[in-house]
Amino acid sequence: MEFSEYIKTANVEDVVLRQPLHPPGRGTLCITGHHLLFSDREEGSCRQVLLLLRNIDAIEKSVENLLTCSGLFSNAGLSQRLDIIGVSRLSGSSGTITIKCKDLRVLQLDIPGMEECLNIARSIETLSCLDSMSELYPFFYRPSNASLWDQWGLLSLERHYSQMKELHDRWRLSTVNRDFSVCPSYPQAVIVPKSTDDDMLEKVAKFRQGGRFPVLCYYHKKNGMVIMRSSQPLTGANRKRCREDEQLLQAVIDGSDKGYIIDTRSSQQALQARMTGGGLESKSCYSSWKRLQRQMERGKALQESLIKLVEACRDESNNMDRWLSKLENSKWLSHVQTALSTAGLLAECVERDGHSVLVHGSEGTDSTLLISTLAQLIMDPSCRTLEGFLTLLEREWVQAGHPFQQRCAHSAHSHARLQQESPVFLLLLDCVWQLWRQFPLALGFSEALLLRLATEAYASDYGTFLGNNQQERCTLGVKENTHCLFQALLRPRERDCYSNPLYEHTELAIWPSVHPQSLQLWRGFFLRWTPQTHHLEEAQEEIRNMVIEWGKLALSSCPAST
Amino acid sequence: MEHIRTPKVENVRLLDRSSGQRKASIGTLYLSATHTIFVENNPETRKESWVLHSMVSSVERTPTIPAGSQVILRCKDFRVFQILVPQERDCLDVHTSLVRLSRPEKYSELYCLSFNPNVNKEERQESWSFMDLTADYKRMGLPNNLWVSTAANSEYRVCETYPSELYVPKSATPPIIVGSARFRSRGRFPALSYFHQDTLAAVCRCSQPLSGFSGRCQEDEAMLQALMRANPGSDYIYVVDTRPKLNAMANRAAGKGYENEDHYTNIKLHFIGIENIHVMRSSQQKVIDVGEMRFPSMTDFLYGLENSGWLKHIKAILDAGLFIARAVADEGVSVLVHCSDGWDRTAQACSVASILLDPYYRTIRGLMVLIERDWVSFGHKFSHRYGHLDGDPKEVSPVIDQFVECVWQLSEQFPCAFEFNERFLVAIHTHIYSCQYGTFLGNCQKERRDMRLGERTHSVWPELWKERAQYTNPLYRAEQSQSQGVLRPNTTPYCFKMWKGLYNHAEKSTPPRQSPADFLSTVREESQQLEEELANQQEVPPGGTPHHHLGFRQEDSSPDRGANHVGGGSEEED
Repeated sequence: MEFSEYIKTANVEDVVLRQPLHPPGRGTLCITGHHLLFSDREEGSCRQVLLLLRNIDAIEKSVENLLTCSGLFSNAGLSQRLDIIGVSRLSGSSGTITIKCKDLRVLQLDIPGMEECLNIARSIETLSCLDSMSELYPFFYRPSNASLWDQWGLLSLERHYSQMKELHDRWRLSTVNRDFSVCPSYPQAVIVPKSTDDDMLEKVAKFRQGGRFPVLCYYHKKNGMVIMRSSQPLTGANRKRCREDEQLLQAVIDGSDKGYIIDTRSSQQALQARMTGGGLESKSCYSSWKRLQRQMERGKALQESLIKLVEACRDESNNMDRWLSKLENSKWLSHVQTALSTAGLLAECVERDGHSVLVHGSEGTDSTLLISTLAQLIMDPSCRTLEGFLTLLEREWVQAGHPFQQRCAHSAHSHARLQQESPVFLLLLDCVWQLWRQFPLALGFSEALLLRLATEAYASDYGTFLGNNQQERCTLGVKENTHCLFQALLRPRERDCYSNPLYEHTELAIWPSVHPQSLQLWRGFFLRWTPQTHHLEEAQEEIRNMVIEWGKLALSSCPAST
Repeated sequence: MEHIRTPKVENVRLLDRSSGQRKASIGTLYLSATHTIFVENNPETRKESWVLHSMVSSVERTPTIPAGSQVILRCKDFRVFQILVPQERDCLDVHTSLVRLSRPEKYSELYCLSFNPNVNKEERQESWSFMDLTADYKRMGLPNNLWVSTAANSEYRVCETYPSELYVPKSATPPIIVGSARFRSRGRFPALSYFHQDTLAAVCRCSQPLSGFSGRCQEDEAMLQALMRANPGSDYIYVVDTRPKLNAMANRAAGKGYENEDHYTNIKLHFIGIENIHVMRSSQQKVIDVGEMRFPSMTDFLYGLENSGWLKHIKAILDAGLFIARAVADEGVSVLVHCSDGWDRTAQACSVASILLDPYYRTIRGLMVLIERDWVSFGHKFSHRYGHLDGDPKEVSPVIDQFVECVWQLSEQFPCAFEFNERFLVAIHTHIYSCQYGTFLGNCQKERRDMRLGERTHSVWPELWKERAQYTNPLYRAEQSQSQGVLRPNTTPYCFKMWKGLYNHAEKSTPPRQSPADFLSTVREESQQLEEELANQQEVPPGGTPHHHLGFRQEDSSPDRGANHVGGGSEEED
């Protein structure tokens, strides 16, 4: 396919760009298959704005004919009449395109010429949501400082397993899914109890939605307890059982008195799921497991929550009551609170009470990953470093099959009918930010990293978040044909910007407070394009400089011998 | 001492929920003339808790339960203590004593009059001369050929509640001042609060005119004319009435009101709509209740916050200050601010404007000067508003709390612009209520003079100044752009949040959070030390090894088992 067939007008001169935090600029607008490029033509400045079309969530266009009586002309006769009146297109008509980005930025383009404006708008509409993944920009992005031969990804599950010597007694690496036939959304290798063979796994997979049988996701070194995750069991209305599933879980607790199952649905939701073939682990069949129901919002409701919150942040009524009630009404902070407290519960079971836990909701690809990730951050110091955190995301989100392509197809502005969109990953980043705010010294990465990830998940130069699971990525050849975001974030220059200057390793668990007063709106993200966020960034910069300065002084005042 | 019915009760259980304590500790309760003191029995810690009687805002006795009778102490700094006394009789005595002790009837009962730090007479006198307002006016460039100091109010002849030294336009003669004062509620005639050297525009303050529906006063009109003429850059002034317009209109029926634009030439009247002290009092009570909620859901919390209206009021005050600051700095137009009596909302609006206009007031010393000028000196009813003495509860209102909170909200928006930190603001808030020092006693300068507070009490300012190291914001850089010039805050509702550090001690002190500020302060000190060492090393051959270990950083992020932390009950169903 050629992108050119979607581009009727590739260049427009004399366009005015308005964007937050900058004065308006006048210059040339170009549209390519993947980008909008605006170059400022003012004397002395060579400002360019490059916007990935994929980042555009929605556009609004308004065309106005400066001749007062545009309504009088029929479309066909318009240009003819304009010629007669002798008005050039420049002074005759113009259009405005408002671009709402997935990173919540809103830009406005004033384009001279009605036809040009409509052409540009049409191109944006088509090119910003191409269906075919192989046409997306990551397959074309070729930065000069990286090669496609560079290592892709940070840590494969195989290497993860081989590094975790303490696992080897009781756990094994299974490649039962090597051709993705057992579970299409799992990676090729997974960690399971040693006593469970591949035949059993295949049977268990049939008993779990989408084949997501229970796998190990975290091993707590302090007491040997584990977090497992899966999808819901397919017990259905007649309460089917699966011996292999029960045995697998029995093998997980291996003699210790009991384990917990944290089900991220309400009891009612879980019971209702039986009607559609799903279900829950009954007490009688899983007697060593104690089930805790913790309802977490998911899917459409979460997406609507995001839309409402973003809308609230744009409210211009300047009315305090209205803001607070809109903030409440969006429920976003309630979702943050629930996610953190459920993750806290999970960590509490493992770290304090010393029990292993199985986590699932229904599909096991959203809230399940959310709380298992947060619980690991709470308990495990090794995933609080920059690398550790990225590795955690790679394992628990990319490899574990969070459907990024579906969930992040649109963000808060889109008018398109909601399909599978849901800002679960964004909710994760928000929760991590709350942890970061409550424990400013305990996490090795900066807020800037979280912001970068929030942007990249929705529109990226890199292949990392492409597709919905490893199988899709294999089919597309993502590894061979795109660059890896996580690798890029760890390059020296990026590392400087994305590490936390205040970081100091602590072995202790970081228990977040989930009191409403302790949770705050993530201004850095939701109010990112307002000036006062800029003041907060300055403060972060100041902190970085102070610590760097201090480090230099400490170095230079210590004689080499010490 | 005659009010203490029982000086000592043993085997008392004390629960200080506001400091995050979840299990009561057992110990002995002592009542002294000035403090309630609780000493833990635990021989290892023997922890003591001291509560100043003047910090107690209410003492409540709850119905007797088998374990004993309970007294709940609520403090003006929003701490709450639960005291369980085994014997009902003792409890009754404690309650009765505390009720009386926490409501002193005479100034002589106040702590500052018995508080005797170890200083001699000279040092005490010196403590009072620490604060020098004349120096601040001088800093603004006053007196000059536009503004002069007037002796009209010496001996408080014209206005009892004003200070004796005031700045007025040069052309405002004593007859104009006296005439204007007669036409203003409580004689509070227009006087200068802040002079902006860059634009020559000024912020002035007064009380409402006694205009009724049609009254006018030549001298008052001349006074406003003089204010206008004292600013060569503008041919009009703003008159900012900080009240809601409806309230101002209602006042006309009582022979008061606001300036009639037909009578005063060259004024532009502007209403702001800050609510009165009664609305603020009940609003704060609601926000305190929100802070005290044990395990609120997010919805409860946000609904409670909205319902309190508190942030709306804070925003209104900040908006008032911003309007004034913009008029002065951007338009170069002088502003005359008043409300009803010109000592509550007026003080708030003027002092917020000064903070925005002048970086000096964003320093530790500058904020003290500002509070001294616009609040203490200009006559603000500290004793009434903050309940220093047992009196009319309808006079109590958190007026200066709101100013202090505005400063906090600003410091959250501009983390590098203020020399002081949150601790400093909380300390000022505490001292306003504590009556440990004489600074905030009484309602005006005259009262303080008549009470001879300068001889009998100490000033709080030098004490705070001595402690400034712990009140310093490590991110503050005087030379940074955020710190300089006029501060232009955003007052969109989303920029405001509940001041957790003031209203919720529990959250502040539960598991000792990692504090970047403390860390950065240490970084800063160490950097300075290192620089010095470096400088020394260049002179002396390297000897001692400097060490740069920040030992305290390994903070205890210890678990916390509150239900609003993680965990809690579990639900299971099959």
